[in-house]
Amino acid sequence: MTKRFDFKRFVADNVVVVIFLVLTAIATPISGLSANYIIQDIITRIGRNSFLVFSLILPVMAGMGLNFGMVLGAMAGEIGLIFAVDWGISGVWGLGFASLVGLPIAVALGWLCGSILNRAKGREMATGYIIGFFMDGVYQFAVLYLMGSLIPMRSLAITLSRGYGIRNTLNLDSVRQSLDNLAMVKVFGFNVPVATYLVVAALCVFIVWFRKTKLGQDMRAIGQDQGVSNASGIPVEKTRIIAIVVSTVLAMVGQIIFLQNMGNMATYNAHRQTGFFAVAAILVGGASVTKATIPNVFVGVVLLHLMYIVMPRAGAELFGSAQIGEYFRDAFSYGAIALALVLHAWRKRRGVEIDRAGLRRNTVSPDAKGGQA
Amino acid sequence: MPKPPPLLSLKHISKSFYGNAVLEDVSFDVGPGEIVGLVGENGAGKTTLMRILFGMPVIAETGGYGGQIELDGAPVSFKTPFDALDAGIGMVHQEFSLIPGFTTTENIVLNREPMKANLACEVFGDRMSVLDRATMRSVAEKAIDRLGVKLDPETLVSEMPVGHKQFTEIAREIIRENVRLLVLDEPTAVLTESEAEILLEALRRLAAQGISIIFISHRLHEITKVADTIVVLRDGKVVKSAPSEGTSVRDIAAWMVGRSVETKRPDLASRTFGEEALRVERLWVDMPGETVRDVSFSVRSGEIFGIGGLAGQGKLGVPNGIMGLYAGGGSVTLHGKPVPLNDPKAALAMGMAFVSEDRRGVGLLLDESLEWNIGFTAMQIRGEYLKRYLGGLLKLRDEAGLRKLAEEYIELLSIKCTSPKQFAKELSGGNQQKICLAKAFAMQPDLLFVSEPTRGIDVGAKELVLKSLRHYNRDNGTTIVMVSSELEELRSICDRVAIVDEGRIAGILPPDADIAEFGLLMAGEVKEEAARA
Repeated sequence: MTKRFDFKRFVADNVVVVIFLVLTAIATPISGLSANYIIQDIITRIGRNSFLVFSLILPVMAGMGLNFGMVLGAMAGEIGLIFAVDWGISGVWGLGFASLVGLPIAVALGWLCGSILNRAKGREMATGYIIGFFMDGVYQFAVLYLMGSLIPMRSLAITLSRGYGIRNTLNLDSVRQSLDNLAMVKVFGFNVPVATYLVVAALCVFIVWFRKTKLGQDMRAIGQDQGVSNASGIPVEKTRIIAIVVSTVLAMVGQIIFLQNMGNMATYNAHRQTGFFAVAAILVGGASVTKATIPNVFVGVVLLHLMYIVMPRAGAELFGSAQIGEYFRDAFSYGAIALALVLHAWRKRRGVEIDRAGLRRNTVSPDAKGGQA
Repeated sequence: MPKPPPLLSLKHISKSFYGNAVLEDVSFDVGPGEIVGLVGENGAGKTTLMRILFGMPVIAETGGYGGQIELDGAPVSFKTPFDALDAGIGMVHQEFSLIPGFTTTENIVLNREPMKANLACEVFGDRMSVLDRATMRSVAEKAIDRLGVKLDPETLVSEMPVGHKQFTEIAREIIRENVRLLVLDEPTAVLTESEAEILLEALRRLAAQGISIIFISHRLHEITKVADTIVVLRDGKVVKSAPSEGTSVRDIAAWMVGRSVETKRPDLASRTFGEEALRVERLWVDMPGETVRDVSFSVRSGEIFGIGGLAGQGKLGVPNGIMGLYAGGGSVTLHGKPVPLNDPKAALAMGMAFVSEDRRGVGLLLDESLEWNIGFTAMQIRGEYLKRYLGGLLKLRDEAGLRKLAEEYIELLSIKCTSPKQFAKELSGGNQQKICLAKAFAMQPDLLFVSEPTRGIDVGAKELVLKSLRHYNRDNGTTIVMVSSELEELRSICDRVAIVDEGRIAGILPPDADIAEFGLLMAGEVKEEAARA
């Protein structure tokens, strides 16, 4: 089936992507940044962020919208890293250890989050967002009070001077960029963290494979119609929980990869924006609440971060203040989320209208709209 | 040749909901490869019977059923629909239960996909096995072949014509190796004539392969065409079980509506009407479950116009669409002035009032007092019962006026309540209905739509509601359009009765016409029979 390429329709379907392309296309030359600088930065940021964004794909497939609850996984990853630093396990082994510690926490939190979302069907996104806020409080309690008092901590360097609780900023020197530097290769003068890219590639392969499994098929079915899936014997609730658990575990690994690249961790703030940035990235990449693909992730990470790189400089060049550029970039990324959500609702409405046209089974020409003066 | 033993036999099935008998002593057999046509009006018990057969949980929750179901001579009792599926009974529902974004193949094998095991299954269980696409496709193609229809295995369901969706659904039921009995509930309701024709052909093919079929349809000519035996249910009883040979559509229609009580309407001759009040042309309404496709009629001033028909055919959509509660189009004029659609306020302001079938949802403010309920629309639309201050800038409710109004109607309609201050939710169904009427009467409407006015209220209250409608019409000359599932009710008070079938008006009859004529219209027999009548 070959369809004629319809430019207008293509733009309408990808309007968020197009807006971001135009914005960055305008801002890039103004910023005056060199192509080399921008490309190197983008290469780093793809390695740093894409794993996190990938964790959103499965819940979208299962019809649960964008999983703002992924911050739970990010918290699990941070707890893993705290222990890795505390125990003095360095390098890639430290990352592996952090993942092992984070895994049971992420599974438990994911299961909890999934069970709650099963009771809030149709409002998963808002519920997930609030669960994130709530768990943030639990995380603070655990890290600020329990660690060092109830949970033994060995390193004095990371505990607060009062004896319990973790310091505001955690120095991740022992694991800093250990994954990135495992196989750093120079390609055309750019540093490419091949090991990190291989991990991301492995995740892509996993997602492609997962879609072909029975579980993946069941998730797609549930994502489109829970009632029908249930009637044909697919365990709807259980499958939805699995989707959230997998998403939370992936977010846990993603946050560890993100933080090893950053090199230090704001103990109480690092996860706050994680969900928001990941959701913004996948939406900017052209995903919607009901459809997200691997290309969406890459396009989104590249576009969103391209804007993050050039906007502050463009603001500085244009208005003499980098601050204004920062304002712009925040406004535009929040705007992208709002626009993507509104567009989704709008498309759904248009679908209803198209269905309506079939109501009369061609008894009346579609233009005849009498009675609506 | 001796008759082969029946595959399924229903013996003395009875069922009641909360003391209300829905099925009484229903017995019939389905032989192997036999097609049984099951017909009956709404509420005749078809759905309940099928629910019992399928072991739907709702049956057990409401106290189970009486009698016995035998499959191959052995008594069976299904706890869940999955037990019924395991026993080889398949069901094709009225609404499509297909996944829109899946292909024909994926839908046919849904949750029965052939799979290839791999290493991950050892750790995480069977759900990690990869789907075997090639086998999936060949299974689907085999099922499509068995049906003998043209269906592309790779088309997305969302992009198919309705007919193909129906075939996909049937194909899904017959891929199970053990399937022996198929139940089809109104499978042709959404199909065009030619699509229905192909479907009937496919059913005959399946029957020839030894699969028994229970075919439920209100299109009687299809029943006579395809069924071997016809079973007619009325008021929960089997009134007729006859071979389809030699049975005419007219016979079945008469059995179905039954109750050959003749309606005498001596008053008809003396009724006089004014000129045309309401004119509806090519109305369509997108009301879920009650779609109106193309309806035209006109009502004269002072007339009581009835709209009847089976549930789901669109009769409820007509008043809801004209009053703007559901999206619609077409042209509606009241006394020559166009009525804007999709705008409830404008519809009310033109002097039309609506007593909704959704009494508790649309009709009443459940948590407010009766006086509020009665005066509410009049206050909102006509600005009555408001006191104006500061030249109309500030408007306050006229509590005394509201109370007087409420007392007047409580008296007039003999509404049983403790005081006008009582909350609407505390009243019984019948009295709530009277409040809804009072609310509409308080608008002093020029045209009144009444939808299912007697649904869910007891016999005594029914009489009162109908009587007050009749009196209101007589005393004020108000034009009334009444929609009801109860044919008898329509025949007893209306001047003309229109029957809606599949979103269109099948025909308009005088109330004292032969009951079989109404039955024929409901069965979609407009073209042949009614044209001659």
